[in-house]
Amino acid sequence: MKPQVVKNYQFPQSKEQMPFGPGSEAGVLIEINSGWRNLRPVINQEKCTRCLICWLLCPDGVISKDTPQLEIDYDFCKGCGLCAYECPRKTIVMEKEG
Amino acid sequence: MEKKHFLSGDEAVAFAVKLCRPHVIAAYPITPQTVIVEKISEFVASGEMDCQYLHVESEHSAMAACMGASLMGSRTFTATSSQGLLYMCEMLHYVSGSRYPIVMVNANRTIAAPWNIFGDHRDSLSQRDSGWIQFYVENAQEALDVTIQAYKIAEDPKVSLPVMINLDGYVLTHTYELVDVPPQELVDQFLPAFQTTNKLDFEKPKSLSFSAPPEWQTEFRFQQFEAMEIAKEVINQVDKEFGRVFGRTYGGLIHEYCCRDADYVLVAMGSVAGTARIVVDQLRAKGKKVGLVKLRSYRPFPKEYFQDLGQRVQAVGVIDRDISFGYEGAVYSDVKAALYRPGAQVKTVNFIAGLSGRDITKENLAQMYEPLEALALGEKVSEIQFTGLRWT
Amino acid sequence: MAVKIKDLPDKELLYGHKACQGCGGAIVARLALKVLGERTCVVLPASCISSVTTIYPQMAFFVNSLTSAFPAAAAVLSGMAAACRAQRLEDVTLLGFAGDGGTIDIGLQSLSGAVERGDDFLYICYDNEAYMNTGIQRSGLTPYGAWTTTTPTNNNAVGEKKFKKNLFEIMMAHRIPYCATASVGYPLDLLNKLAKARDIRGPKALHVLAPCPTGWGHGPEKTVEIGRLAVETGLWFLAEYEKGQVKINYNPKKFKPVQEYLIRQKRFRHLGEKDIAVIEEHRDKEWEILKKHAGRVE
Repeated sequence: MKPQVVKNYQFPQSKEQMPFGPGSEAGVLIEINSGWRNLRPVINQEKCTRCLICWLLCPDGVISKDTPQLEIDYDFCKGCGLCAYECPRKTIVMEKEG
Repeated sequence: MEKKHFLSGDEAVAFAVKLCRPHVIAAYPITPQTVIVEKISEFVASGEMDCQYLHVESEHSAMAACMGASLMGSRTFTATSSQGLLYMCEMLHYVSGSRYPIVMVNANRTIAAPWNIFGDHRDSLSQRDSGWIQFYVENAQEALDVTIQAYKIAEDPKVSLPVMINLDGYVLTHTYELVDVPPQELVDQFLPAFQTTNKLDFEKPKSLSFSAPPEWQTEFRFQQFEAMEIAKEVINQVDKEFGRVFGRTYGGLIHEYCCRDADYVLVAMGSVAGTARIVVDQLRAKGKKVGLVKLRSYRPFPKEYFQDLGQRVQAVGVIDRDISFGYEGAVYSDVKAALYRPGAQVKTVNFIAGLSGRDITKENLAQMYEPLEALALGEKVSEIQFTGLRWT
Repeated sequence: MAVKIKDLPDKELLYGHKACQGCGGAIVARLALKVLGERTCVVLPASCISSVTTIYPQMAFFVNSLTSAFPAAAAVLSGMAAACRAQRLEDVTLLGFAGDGGTIDIGLQSLSGAVERGDDFLYICYDNEAYMNTGIQRSGLTPYGAWTTTTPTNNNAVGEKKFKKNLFEIMMAHRIPYCATASVGYPLDLLNKLAKARDIRGPKALHVLAPCPTGWGHGPEKTVEIGRLAVETGLWFLAEYEKGQVKINYNPKKFKPVQEYLIRQKRFRHLGEKDIAVIEEHRDKEWEILKKHAGRVE
C-alpha cells in the first residue's frame, strides 16, 4: 500500500493548531502529482515477468510489488516513462492521457 | 555549601557549564573565549564531566553540531567570539528559527578591520536580529550564574529559544575574582534534565526545520516574536527563583542603581556597569541626583521599563560599545525609541565608548554625566559623543 | 551479502515529492532508504531534494528528516552522532543527503571535519553536476565542456573549462573507513554499496552520479541509461575504498566512445572534435591514476 494523500487536509485554523516552530510529523501528503503527467504507463500484465526493474528504478516509487500484480499508483506517477524505457521486455507502454 | 574559587570569567563559565551537565560540547578556539573550551576539555579529560566533546573545524560547524545534538534531545554548549560569531551567523538564525534551546557564551571582542582581539560589543550587537536572547554580564559571578539561568530560560517550553551570554573580552574573560561555585545538588535541583518535544522521534518520525512558503512564514515569525515576549517574564521569574535557591539575584531584564529619585541616568551593558556604580556614588556624594541602569537583556528588550523611565527622569545617556555607521549606537536607538512615548520630555545623548578594548575610565564616566546634567538644565549638547576621541 | 531486489521492502519512505520527472537524485534517495530502513534520520542541506520534499505542510520523507544550512550537513550529522553516543541511542542510521555543490564546494570543510572526527554517519553526494536547485549553475563537480547558466556556450565557448574535483580521492585522503562511487545506471552495485556502508561503523561516503533530465537536457526516461553510459564510456567510474584498499568494480577492456554519452545531452551539444579529444585525454589520465590506486599499474 502506497502512502495516501490526507483526505480533506485542514490547514491550521488557529494559533493552537500551528506546529511548534518549523517541525511537523513526517510523511504528510496533501496533494497528488498526477497533474504532471501527459503519458500514462500501462503494464501488460500477461507479458510481465516481475523482474522488478521498473519497481526498482521508478524515481517516484509509484509501483507496488507486494501485490498479486505490479500496480501503479496513478495519483503520484508523473509519467516520466523511465519504467517503460528500462523494461527489458517492453511490457510497459506509455499511453496518451485523455 | 558553595565553594569560593579564584576564577577568571572564562573559567567561571566553564564551571557553570560543568554544573549544567550538557551532553554535547562543540569547541573551536578563538581569543578571548578559548579558556572556556580549554577548561571544559580538562573537565572532560579528568572525568569530572560526562559529555561528548567535539573538536569542530569552524564556528559554523560548532553551531551546526549543537543544532544536530539539540534536535536529538541533547543539552549542548558552545562558546565563541567576534569573527567566530560572525562566521556562525547563518547557523544562529537556523537555530533560533527552529527553536532549539542552545546556550552559548560570546566573549565580546571587536570585529576586524581594523583587527584586534580586544573587547567591544560590535560582534554581538550585529547579531541583534538573529532571534537569540542576549544577556550582558558584569562580572565572573554573574557570568556563572547567568549561564545556569540561561539553560532554564532557553529550555522553558514556552520560550524554547537559544541564549547568548555576552562577556566582555579580557576585562571579564581574563581577570580573576572570587567566585561562588554552587554545589551540584543545588544546580540539579534548580535545573532538571533537558526535556523537549522539539526533537526527532523514532515512534512518530518528524520533519524538522522544514521550509515554509510565504503563506506560512509570518505565522512562524509571530511564534518567535511571542516567545521573546514571554521570555521577558520568564527571565524575571528565573532570576527570582535563582535567588531563592542560591541567594543571588540580578534584577532580570535590567538592574537599577540609584534611579528611584534620579534626575538623569546612564544606561550601560556589561562590565562597565561596575565602574559606573562607583562614579554614581562619587557624584551622589556631591549631591548630584544621578543613577545607572544596567541593561542585562538586550533581546528581549525591556521596552516597558524604558517607557516608564522616560516619564521619570529628565535625561538619559546611553553608552554604546559599538556604532551603527550611518546612524548612531545600536543600544541608543533602541533605548531612545522606548523612552520617547508621546508627551515624554526626556532628553538623550549617546556615548560611543570603549571601542576595541579602550578603557572606559571613572573620569570618562564622570564626564558623561556632565552633558546629561546640562540637558536636564535645558541646555543643548551634541547628541552623539565619542568618548576619548583624540580629535574630530 | 548481496542485496536481492525482491527482498527489498515495498514500503516507500520517500513519496509524493516534487522532483522533476525522471530525477536521478530521487532514485538515489529512494533506494538509500530502502536499504537503510525506517530508523534513518536524513539531513538535507539546501539542494533539490530538500526543496522538493519538505515544504510545509507537505512532507515527503516518511523517516525523520532535518533541513540544514547549505554548508552544514556533515557538521549537523556530527552533532547528531555525538548526541546518539551521549544518550546511548543505538540502531539509528544518520544519513547526509547532499548535492554536488553542497558537498564539494560549500560543504567540503564541514564534511572534512566530520569525517576526521570519525563520527558514525553515511554521507551521500548525489551528483547532478551543477547547482540544479538554483537553476543549473556550475559547481566543482561540473565536468569539462558542460553548458550551465554560468558557463555559457555562445560564441563557440566550451562551457565549463575545468575538470571535476575527485571526491573519492578527497575521502581516501581522510582514511575514511569506507567510500565508494556509484551510478543510478548500476542500481545493484549502488544497493550493495549502501548495504556495505550501512554495516560499517564510522564515517562513510558515497558519491553517486545522478543524471538530471532538466539540467543535462535528456529525456526523463533516459536517466538510468545516461547513468550507464557515463560508466561505459569511462567518464564515470565505479570503485570502492575500504581498509586502505581501492577496488575498481567496473573495468572494461575498452570504453565506448565518449560521443555516445555526450550526444544524448543538450549540455554537451556544442562540443567539437577538439573538445572531445580533451575529454578523452583527461579520462585516460584519470583512469591511470585510479588504476595506480587500485594497484593495477600497467
